[in-house]
Amino acid sequence: MRGRAVMPGQAQGRLLVSSEPLSFWGGYDPATGEIIDRRHPLSGRTAAGRVLAVPSTRGSSTSTAVLLEAIRRGTAPAAIITVGVDSFVALASIVADELYGRPLPVIALERADFAELTPDMSLTIGADGVIETRT
Amino acid sequence: MQLTDRDRHLLDGGGGPAARMAMSIVVRMAAVQGIDRLLDITAAHVDSSLYMGDATLDYALRLAGHGARVVVPTTLNVSGVDPHGWREWAVPPEWADKAYRQMQAYKQMGCKATWTCAPYQESERPRFGQQIAWGESSAIVFANSVLGARTERYPDLLDICAAITGRVPAAGLHLDENRAGECVFRLHGIPGALQADDAFYPVLGHLVGQVARDRVAVIAGLEVSPSEDQLKALGAAMASSGAVALFHLVGVTPEAPTEAAALRGRMPDEDHRVTVERLRAARDGLSTAAGDRLDMVVLGSPHFSLDEFRRLAPLLERRTRHDRVRLLITCSRAVKLIAERAGLLKPVIEFGGELTVDTCILTSPMLPPDVGTLMTNSAKYAYYGPGLLGKQLAFGSLEDCVRSAVDGRIVRDESLWAA
Repeated sequence: MRGRAVMPGQAQGRLLVSSEPLSFWGGYDPATGEIIDRRHPLSGRTAAGRVLAVPSTRGSSTSTAVLLEAIRRGTAPAAIITVGVDSFVALASIVADELYGRPLPVIALERADFAELTPDMSLTIGADGVIETRT
Repeated sequence: MQLTDRDRHLLDGGGGPAARMAMSIVVRMAAVQGIDRLLDITAAHVDSSLYMGDATLDYALRLAGHGARVVVPTTLNVSGVDPHGWREWAVPPEWADKAYRQMQAYKQMGCKATWTCAPYQESERPRFGQQIAWGESSAIVFANSVLGARTERYPDLLDICAAITGRVPAAGLHLDENRAGECVFRLHGIPGALQADDAFYPVLGHLVGQVARDRVAVIAGLEVSPSEDQLKALGAAMASSGAVALFHLVGVTPEAPTEAAALRGRMPDEDHRVTVERLRAARDGLSTAAGDRLDMVVLGSPHFSLDEFRRLAPLLERRTRHDRVRLLITCSRAVKLIAERAGLLKPVIEFGGELTVDTCILTSPMLPPDVGTLMTNSAKYAYYGPGLLGKQLAFGSLEDCVRSAVDGRIVRDESLWAA
């Protein structure tokens, strides 16, 4: 499938996917990359190094700072996929690029394509936004 | 992208490297959102002051070190540390040092040292229709909904760029056409006594946020006139369980004299009925604590107001807390000072209560490990506490919280919530 490369970059990894939006503040531990929102279906899973697909962020405006810290520490997902452009995820990646020269690949999918994603599938993301899937 | 000469000047580095970086971030954000125009803002509230690790400190030091100055009046949200009080808590010295350095960096950029998530309780408030760039979800929803100012939901890292450049993408809630209600919530059979109670508002907000997510919510059928603190609690709850940045409370908030006005003549996506049963379920969803064990009562998210101190004082008089239960209030240094002068802190201290300023339990690692279960009247504390702090949380009214602190265990008055 093909998405829009909001922040272009190559990545690969196994997929962690949920239809539930995620707040990184209070929902993602930048020390470990674990999802810690106890109300979220992915609670307890580690997203570091994996491709994380959530429709959008939610809640606090501090999510961007937490994601930036995770990028700095190397505990961020390998790439993030959202439905449409999530401006908070995009911002963290843009600032990571400006500050550290290390943008995080961010892909925006159409809702129907997002629905095709299944847990644990292996994804290869190209700089052009093309996503190759293997289950 | 339509840029002014000044925008290009900043982007080319004419305003120095910090302004270049800030302008670049604003322009790149507009581009990823497909927006081709920027607009001027005339005030900012900056949440980037929160210390979230070395990344946020690096960012602040880079901007301040390269000479960044804000170009509009800019207030600061809470920081990561109470610089005078942190030693009495479990804050690691390294954290306190770095959070303090981050605070200094934002002051150096010309921001006002307000250190509060509720700047509208003390400094000059934005006017109706004023274009502003605010961070802090609970403050954003208050500014848009209660004051009728116009701000997008500015995340940390971007709010300071808006303050440094005075420019933001012309999008979202800055534009009238995006301020129409999308999701209606109709109060149905809610007793007047419950509608008048403080605890009703955070619970309603929690429910609305879960359903509305990031849409503009319209609430119809309220029969009482809520106080500003009640509206503050309502919005903060919506902005925790959801990403609501604007609600219209029909007959109360400035863009909603009528339901039709709130909807700007359009049909809503959804029309929900809010019953006492649904509210009870939402209220129960705010508590994770099982049993009645209690270690601490915490009040003040968003930061406690002077009126809240006025309401709390008589509840505390001639009572003291149970030995095992601490009472903590988080507020701004300005409100603390005014409350002290008004004689409203004396009952808190005599009760055995404590105050923390400039920060809160969610943004400073201050709570000791032996505090396992907290009770609060704040939906925001209740919502984020379990994940961020790994603590158990119980939600109750202000009266429930005080009674529980006295009794040494979680107690609640259920009478208002009966169908």
